[in-house]
Amino acid sequence: MGTLAEEIFSYKLGRPVHAGETVVVDVDHVMSHDTTTPLAIKAFAKLTGQKTGKVFDSKRSHIVFDHIIPAATIAAATLHREVRNFAKEQDISILQEGICHQVMPEKGFVVPGSVIVGADSHSCTYGAFGAFGTGMGSTDIGVAYATGRSWFRVPETINVNITGTLPAGVYAKDVSLEIVRHLGVDGANYRAIEYTGEVIENFSMSERMTFSNMAIEMGGKAGLIAADETTRAWLQGRTDQEYPLLRAVNPHYERVIEIDVTNLKPLVACPPDVNIVHPAEEVTNVKIDEVFLGTCTNGRLDDLEIAAGILAGRTISPDIRMVVIPASREIYLEAMRLGYLEIFSRAGASVGTPGCGPCIGRHFGVLAPGERAMTTMNRNFTGRMGDPTAEIYLGSPATVAATALTGYITDPRAILLEESRA
Amino acid sequence: MGRIWKLGDNINTDLIIPGRYNVTTDHAQLAKYCLYEAYPEFSQQVKPGDIVLGGHNFGCGSSREHAPTSILANKVKVVIARSFARIFYRNAVNIGLPVLVCEEAVLNSEDGQELDVNLETGEIRNLTTGQTFQAEPLDPFVARIVAAGGIINYIEMEGTLR
Repeated sequence: MGTLAEEIFSYKLGRPVHAGETVVVDVDHVMSHDTTTPLAIKAFAKLTGQKTGKVFDSKRSHIVFDHIIPAATIAAATLHREVRNFAKEQDISILQEGICHQVMPEKGFVVPGSVIVGADSHSCTYGAFGAFGTGMGSTDIGVAYATGRSWFRVPETINVNITGTLPAGVYAKDVSLEIVRHLGVDGANYRAIEYTGEVIENFSMSERMTFSNMAIEMGGKAGLIAADETTRAWLQGRTDQEYPLLRAVNPHYERVIEIDVTNLKPLVACPPDVNIVHPAEEVTNVKIDEVFLGTCTNGRLDDLEIAAGILAGRTISPDIRMVVIPASREIYLEAMRLGYLEIFSRAGASVGTPGCGPCIGRHFGVLAPGERAMTTMNRNFTGRMGDPTAEIYLGSPATVAATALTGYITDPRAILLEESRA
Repeated sequence: MGRIWKLGDNINTDLIIPGRYNVTTDHAQLAKYCLYEAYPEFSQQVKPGDIVLGGHNFGCGSSREHAPTSILANKVKVVIARSFARIFYRNAVNIGLPVLVCEEAVLNSEDGQELDVNLETGEIRNLTTGQTFQAEPLDPFVARIVAAGGIINYIEMEGTLR
């Protein structure tokens, strides 16, 4: 009996637990990436007594190279080598085929009812599968590698119930930004968000992942969606593991937020915080220097399909640079087969190797002083993509593609409407 | 006692240590680049024992432990905020960077003033104004980790995580 978060922890522990309790849980999987693993190794070594220690289970310990891959600097290459040496000693295979939050589910490591800790704040993405995924720092992850355990305060839950019919040109990302606008950048701090309603039920796994991914932008500890037949179908062929389809049972939510998407417009989050949200049609005077389509929020096949639909047969504005990075190799290959990558390349975009790309401002599209980027990212923090005077705007893949054509923030409905008339 | 560096709301991890500067585990490097672009005077002038005051949602954003590590590496005595983002708070506790929640102290203290903080009792005294404040008590589990000096020491003392 309880929220989905309470149900998952109760299932894991084999006894009923409630919000507010502090519990120690045997975690199902542990993940860190190229930037957070080095500090995790330090914590792990301290705890296990330097070189002698072994991770709790090398098959459930995952290191993903995605933040600076391939290495852009000598410092990054040196850290990569250090991590590779650790992985070899520990018999951990390093995954180098996309962003951790995309690759972990693709490999079948994320199943409903499981508890997964990752040394990356967007580990809440796993909530889309009905798994309690949460981000932690390197020391917590080092502890989890050593012990297979982690401690949690079972969180209170905010229920976001989403109803209505999405209008043309409005996507999961727009709804996500609308939720951040409602809740604010710390409205879900220490809490789980549980997304329910017909819109969520009808969404694909990719769209659900966009929602869960953005939970941390409100401070959320997890962004949970009850697993269903859509989840089961997606996991088919990716895992043989049995799993329960848990859902909330007579839940007590701290707060319920109702969102009707029927009249929603394409939205843009303006710098420097994710809750500064305006309709795209009201910020069309903002001149953009770079657009970026990708990330763990919106770098999946359907995101690329939406953008390719807008860019097919067109070329981007000569005043703009466009970067496209599929979230994983699997998506990259499928986008190649379907011709999307060719559409992007012919339109004038730079198509990059799967990974985080310029989202952390280290390579492949860093911003100069005063420049502005329109992106599908989850964060628009000052200095994130480059110079601290550069500005970052967030929106859907459609808004990003439409903006690439004009060089100014563009409501994608303007382009889509033009198409339907043609 | 220490000088106050008063920052605003939503001081995110990209402001504390931009992604371009955290491709290292070296504490001296991390100390140098702490708030490097957002508050350059801090990175140039901060002294051991100084105190950081934050508004709401201090440390929001990334899970990068480089953020609290960069503050700790500057030998900042304590970060006091109106509220902390969850991952940052947990990271700070884990690595032994003292963090206190005290709305009143933040609202009634200004940049450049001097604070005296008793980390055991949570009593905060503004030496410039003479006002005293009481920080919120820690969660009991968190208090055990803090008392041990971080999660690694806690596990070593307990023998396991429980």
